[in-house]
Amino acid sequence: MKEIELKALKENLPQVLSFVDGQLEELGCAFRIITQIDIAVEEIFINIASYAYDPETGPAAIRVEIREDPLSVVISFTDSGKPYDPLAKPDPDIDLPLHQRPRGGLGIFMVKKTMDDVTYEYKDGQNILTIKKTLDG
Amino acid sequence: MTITLNKNDKELIVALEGRLDTLTSPELDAKLKPALDGVEKLIFDLDKLKYISSAGLRVLLTAMQIMDRQGEMKVRNVSTEVMDVFEITGFADDLDIE
Repeated sequence: MKEIELKALKENLPQVLSFVDGQLEELGCAFRIITQIDIAVEEIFINIASYAYDPETGPAAIRVEIREDPLSVVISFTDSGKPYDPLAKPDPDIDLPLHQRPRGGLGIFMVKKTMDDVTYEYKDGQNILTIKKTLDG
Repeated sequence: MTITLNKNDKELIVALEGRLDTLTSPELDAKLKPALDGVEKLIFDLDKLKYISSAGLRVLLTAMQIMDRQGEMKVRNVSTEVMDVFEITGFADDLDIE
């Protein structure tokens, strides 16, 4: 298991992605899966950077754990900002024509659709969002 | 991220290369909006676009709303990874994809 802690700032996104991708590439993970995981990581990290400590900033920790049988990756995002469960938001209605849709909510929706499991908990003053993706196949 | 704008009379071709994400989308938004004046046909060439997140989708949505009023918008040469995103989000149903 590896972990990085950094300031939850948008401009730190490339650092977060290279931390995650480095480990996925070592496993020989398919580009398409890496892309899906990158999107999920971006949406979650940017959410934290935008809202968790707003208008201040604060730290975020990203932890990557590789599991076997089946090969899968579990990534958790921890911040000590305002309690916020992004999963509680209703999904956007993707059957509505695009120009009638509200503009938000697509990011977390994509996370839910592409990851095998997404969980949120608030514990000891921390938001912990965890995603899981199976890598084989 | 490389953004190439090619304007020919009332047609604008926007070629994107790289990643359209939270950090690069504002640049596309800033370049695109002033370039759309008088444009009746907007074409996004996504041949070299490998990645799009919701921030990129929002720029496409804004462009689509502007072009709804003044002409048409098409998207071409979509990669597998970007098409995945269009399909998951329902953009595939509404975008005119060549």
